[in-house]
Parts: sequence; structure tokens; C-alpha cells
Amino acid sequence: MLRKFSIIAAVAGLLVATAAPALAAGHPEEPKKVDWSFNGPFGKFDQAQLQRGYKVYREVCSACHAASLLSFRNLGDKNGPFYDAKYPNSNNNPYVKAIAAEYQVSSIDEETGDTVQRPATSADRFPSPFPNEYAARASNGGALPPDLSVLAKAREGGPDYIYSLLTGYHEAPAGLTIDPTKHYNPYFPGDLSSAWSGDPKHVPHGGVIGMPPPLADDRVTYDDGTKATLDQEAKDVSAFLMWAAEPKMIERKEMGFSVLIYLLLMSGLLYASYRTVWRNESH
Amino acid sequence: MSGHPSTYEPKTAFTRWLDSRLPIVRLGYDSFVDYPTPRNLNYWWTFGAILSLCLGVQIATGVVLAMHYTANAGLAFNSVEHIMRDVQYGWLIRYIHANGASMFFIAVYIHMFRGLYYGSYKAPREILWILGCVIYLLMMATAFMGYVLPWGQMSFHGAVVITNLFGALPIVGQAITTWLWGGFAVDNPTLNRFFSLHYLLPFMIAGVVILHIWALHVAGQNNPTGVEPKSKADTVPFTPYATIKDGFAVSVFLILFAIFVFYMPNALGHADNYIPADPLVTPAHIVPEWYFLPFYAILRAVPDKLMGVLAMFGAIACLFALPWLDTSKVRSMRYRPTAKLYFLIFVVACCILGLCGAKLPDDPVIPGLKTFTLIDSDLNSFVWLSRIAALYYFGFFLVILPILGLVEKTLPVPDSIAKPALSHPAHAPAEATASPETKG
Ligand code: HEC
Ligand code: HEM
Repeated sequence: MLRKFSIIAAVAGLLVATAAPALAAGHPEEPKKVDWSFNGPFGKFDQAQLQRGYKVYREVCSACHAASLLSFRNLGDKNGPFYDAKYPNSNNNPYVKAIAAEYQVSSIDEETGDTVQRPATSADRFPSPFPNEYAARASNGGALPPDLSVLAKAREGGPDYIYSLLTGYHEAPAGLTIDPTKHYNPYFPGDLSSAWSGDPKHVPHGGVIGMPPPLADDRVTYDDGTKATLDQEAKDVSAFLMWAAEPKMIERKEMGFSVLIYLLLMSGLLYASYRTVWRNESH
Repeated sequence: MSGHPSTYEPKTAFTRWLDSRLPIVRLGYDSFVDYPTPRNLNYWWTFGAILSLCLGVQIATGVVLAMHYTANAGLAFNSVEHIMRDVQYGWLIRYIHANGASMFFIAVYIHMFRGLYYGSYKAPREILWILGCVIYLLMMATAFMGYVLPWGQMSFHGAVVITNLFGALPIVGQAITTWLWGGFAVDNPTLNRFFSLHYLLPFMIAGVVILHIWALHVAGQNNPTGVEPKSKADTVPFTPYATIKDGFAVSVFLILFAIFVFYMPNALGHADNYIPADPLVTPAHIVPEWYFLPFYAILRAVPDKLMGVLAMFGAIACLFALPWLDTSKVRSMRYRPTAKLYFLIFVVACCILGLCGAKLPDDPVIPGLKTFTLIDSDLNSFVWLSRIAALYYFGFFLVILPILGLVEKTLPVPDSIAKPALSHPAHAPAEATASPETKG
């Protein structure tokens, strides 16, 4: 009987597995699979990559996108881009302090009550580029650049999707009429059938996005000498965004390994006890 | 609660003193140590222990989450992210709680299919079964409201879809939805009451679980043969025999649980729920959590909204009526070959309904194939697949089980649990040498 149930369970599992792709919206292109350093049960963030990714974020993306759930101190947290074992309390990490001090944040002068600007500290959140949603839309042709803090978890495909989106821009196929302020991207979900004058059976994949292609070769200059190709920048910033969305990922996988070893041993012991207890009982 | 004569003898002066004032140790001893358990229980009987663990885990992690969570429409999303980022091991507690809900449902579904297969709902266990159905209903309500708490896009729009179902009821519908919402839309008051109820219901579940176990211990456990224990030879004491087997099963279950929590914590969730709720932006597909998908499919299978809602609730009502729908005198389907076949199809139908619930109704089941349109959709579509499966779901309860019990040929049932091999030719040679795990 157990065997029969296992077969049913396996069939059910398969059915559920095939159900998953249907959850993706529209019919955009499947994201390209990237061999991330943090993939797999033993994967880790590549610290140099996170540092480069932060640079791309700061110099390019942060002009339009907020990441308001992050504080500067997070950059120095364990497994973070600027973690240094010498500074277990990331608030004291001099590198983090220096990064924070490059920003001005508004604050209240406690003597006069006036709003003043002061340099940010490691405890401050990343400042947002726009004061509110209307300002963000007004500067972006009506489109709203989403907050990037958890974006890598908020899209099917995660970092693969972000990487594919950033590298996926190309000329709109002939027959597609799009608003000149928008851009064709085969990985962006959408429905292009109304803008398509070609064969209705072959509507192009993807959609039109309000974000102009943000990256190009040499958009940034890396401090570690890595060649700043479009592909490299896209990978680095996607890895950084994955870290931003799930900063505890490495800690989680490491703990999972110990927990599994423990549970396997415990199951073995319990099974042996079970056999011992039942050895004289027919059942 | 133990339903059998007590054999507990207090050994120390203190336990004697306590026993004549509050015989709580006696209760525990009679219920979980000396309690006679059928000796032939297989691993499908370990899910009761697994479910108790799940409830304990949800309450323990939930209470800690509630210390850091803020039930306010403007703050809820970020407070969950605060738990994930700033609270010590908050990510662990939240992932255990979120995946724990799924584990709870995996266990409860197996537990229910077990009861269905071995006829555990038949006399004298009708109340026991109905209490189980009440727990299941409360679990669904709890999980639904819990999913609303992080106030992501799926939380919000899922809440809108589900609460709107009540609007389909004639005359009172609109009033009920307004009452549920605490306003004229899903908003802050809705979130607040859902949080309050999400905190309350698990304790109500715990109460019904106590009744469930009480009823279990009065009627006694069913077993794979469906034959009641007749003598001491048929049973073993709960401790150590059942406790150790349950302990092993729980440990194996925890391995599965840990794999989800530590290596794929978001696999059972939906990416859209990491987008803060926005009433003005509706997600392309609103899908409930996987454990609601079969009911969601039944809801959408019916073209009329009110009828769909009634069908969905009817699907659960069938479970409550089951003890009186099945007319067979033979309890376990082990001895009902025809019923066994219909049962297996039933399990497949439930899985198919789950699949349909996750798909767009009009999408083709076999890609690229166009057949002909029937009523509102092509025959090769998930809505039609769900109609067929839903028909089988209701047919199983309302037609097959009532009629089959009267007409089917059953196999000879063993005289007692201890000697099934002698009276059960179909199993005799294999059973004698089979290892305990493959039995059942
Ligand atoms: C000029 C402003 C601008 C810059 C610079 C910019 N973005 Fe965007 N981004 C936008 C806008 C506007 C949208 C919203 C587009 C829409 O919804 O049509 C967006 C959307 C996105 C999305 C979400 C797509 C989706 O699935 O909804 C991602 C991911 C993204 N940007 C990543 C980045 C990254 C990474 C960078 C830096 C390399 C970056 N952006 C730089 C304006 C910008
Ligand atoms: C029957 C037991 C329970 C079930 C099935 C259950 C289910 C759920 C689910 C599905 C979520 C959403 C998880 C997510 O995606 O984030 C949730 C969230 C939550 N639950 Fe429970 N829960 C149970 C018991 C409890 C208890 C007893 C409490 C408190 C005392 C509690 C407190 C919370 C809180 C504060 C949240 C929001 C935080 C979060 O979203 O992670 N839960 N619950």
C-alpha cells in the first residue's frame, strides 16, 4: 500500500511541478539561467561581485530606484559587500561609515527646529532619489521605478530575471508600434497583441518597459580592474540585488546543513530504537 | 479522556496527593502511556503526531512573530521585512511559520485520505471524523487570514477575491462583505480583524484537537484491517510502541520541513507577495496558496458565481456528511477492491483540481490543440478539465460511495488483528515475511 501511495504522491508532485510555470504572468521569454556563486545548497555570495554590484547600483540604478529597506550598516553585515571580520558591529566599519558620509540626509536641527542637511551615518537608510511617487513618475514618463530592496524575490526567476531584463533590450521587431518613450524588452511581462501589426499568431514575446536601457559597456569603472562589460555589470548588480533581498541567505543555508545532519542522525537513532522496541512484537 | 480502565498507580507521596485532587498525571498516563493501540498501525497513522507538532510549531513561531509584527496597512509589509532583516533569527522564525502552514496542510491532507481509505469515519467514529473536519475548516480560515498579514499584493488581492465570494449570496451578500471588511473595501480595519482572528483561531483549533483526541480515545483507534481489537493480543501499549514509531516519523517529516525552510523557503509562496499591497494594481493572476487550489478550481468550474460558491462549500459539506454517505459494512478499503479503485481515482481527481486551480481557466490542457467550444470555453481547457474532476469529486461522495456499499463484492475480512494472515488468503504468504514498512 505504501508503495502505491508513494506513486500517487509522486504523480501529485509532478502535477504541482507542472503547475508552477503557469503562475508566471503573460508570455515573456524565459529568463536566462546564470550560474550564480550563491546557487545550490553550499553557494555563497562572491564578496568582490557584491562590491562591484553595489557600485553599479549606486552610480546607475539609484538615480531612479530607491532601496529604502536597506541601511548603510547592512553593507558591512556578515556576508555583505563590505563585511570585515574586524568589525563585527557593522556600524563601526570605517568603509561603511565613509560610504554613508558621502550622502546628505535631511534632519531636524534640535535648537531651531529647522530642517537641515547632515551627512548620513551608518544607521541611516539608503536615501530615495525622489521625494514621492508623483515626482518619480513625472521624471520617468509616467512609469514608477519600483523599490529594489526585495525586488529579487518579488519577480519569478529572481536574479536570473533581473539579469535577463538588463541585458535583454534590443530593437523592437518590425511590425511593433511602441510609444517612443518606451522600450521593447522580450523578458518584461506584457501583452503586445494590440501594438502588433504582423501575423497575429506570432506576437513577439515580452512587453514594453518604461525604463531606458540603464547599462552599457563601461558604464562604471570597477575598482578591482574587472572589465566593465554590459554583461558583467548586469550580473554584478543582479547578485547585489539578490543579497539586498535575502541578506541572510548564506547564514540560512549554513544552518540548514547542520540541521539536516542533526535530523538525519536523530532519524537513524529513532529508527534503530523503533526496531529494538518492536523486535518481539509481530505487527 | 482515555476511554479504558485506568491502571495508573501513583508511586510517590506527592503524586498520590496530587492524584486525589487533580488526576492530571493519571490522565496523561492513561492517554499516552498505557493506552492500548492496535498493533498493526502503519506509517499512515503517524500523521496525528505530526499534526500535533505542526500546531505546536505554528503557535510557538506565531507568538514570536506577533511580538515584532505590526498590524497596520501602512506598516505591515515593512514590519515583516524588519523581522526578516533585523530581528535575531527572525528570518528563521518567519520561514518556519510560512512553510509550517504548508507542512500542516500536507500532513492534514494525508491524514484525511488515510481516514477515507481505511473507513475511519464509520460508526462509532462519526463525531471523531466531524471534529477533524471542523479542525480542517478552522485551519483553512487561519491560514487564509495569516496569508493576508504580510500585506503583499497576493495577500491583498487574495483577500479581495475571497471576501467578495460572500457578496454572491442573495440579499445579505453585500451586508456580509461590508461587515467582514469593516468598511467598504479591504483596508486597514480588515487587516486588524484578520490579525486578531489569526491569533485566536489556532487556540480554538487546539481546543477542538483536545475534543478530537477525546473522541478518539473513547472509540479507540481504527487500524488498517478496520476490525476492532478483540483481545489484548491485538494491541500494544501506546508507550513505547506508538511513541517511538511516531517519533521516528516526526523526525523524517522534519527533514522535509527543513529542506523547505533552509533551501527553498519561497518555493511554495508567490513572488507577488513580496510586492507591497497596492489596491490600484491587480496582479495578472490571483492564485491562492496551493492548499486551496482544489476548492478554487471547483469555484471557477461553475459558470455562475453563486452556484460556484455553493459548490465550493458543498465540497467541504460532503466531508461532514461522509459517515452517512458510505453504506458499506466493511470498514477498510483493503477488503473493498472496487472501492479502492474509485478511491485512487478520487485522489487523482483532487490533484487534477489542484492543478486546474493554478492554471488560467481558458488555457489549453494540451498545448496548441483546438477542439470545439462547449458552453463558454474550448473543450481542451483547464476549466473543462476542472469540471470533469469536480464532477468526479461530487460523484464519489454522492453516488459512488452510497451505491457501491450496497452492490460491491468485498474480500473476506480477518477475524482479528493479530491473525489477519490466516483468514486473508490474498495477503497470507507475502505478509508473513514483509517488512513492517511495506505493510498496510
Ligand atoms: C532612468 C531611470 C532608471 C534607471 C537609471 C534605472 N531604472 Fe530600473 N526602472 C525604471 C523605471 C521607470 C521602471 C519601471 C518600468 C515600467 O514599469 O514600465 C524600472 C523598472 C525596473 C525593474 C522592474 C522590472 C519589472 O519586472 O517590473 C528592474 C528589475 C529594474 N528597473 C532594475 C534596474 C537596475 C538594476 C538598474 C541599474 C542598473 C536600473 N533599473 C536603473 C527606471 C530606471
Ligand atoms: C493553525 C496554525 C497557524 C497557521 C496554519 C498559520 C498560517 C500563517 C500563514 C500562511 C501566514 C503567512 C506567512 C507569510 O507568507 O508570511 C501567517 C503569518 C503570520 N502568523 Fe500565523 N498561522 C498559525 C498560527 C499562528 C499563531 C498562533 C500566531 C500568533 C500567536 C500567528 C501569527 C502570525 C503572524 C504575526 C503572521 C505575520 C508574519 C508573517 O507574515 O510572516 N500565527 N500565518
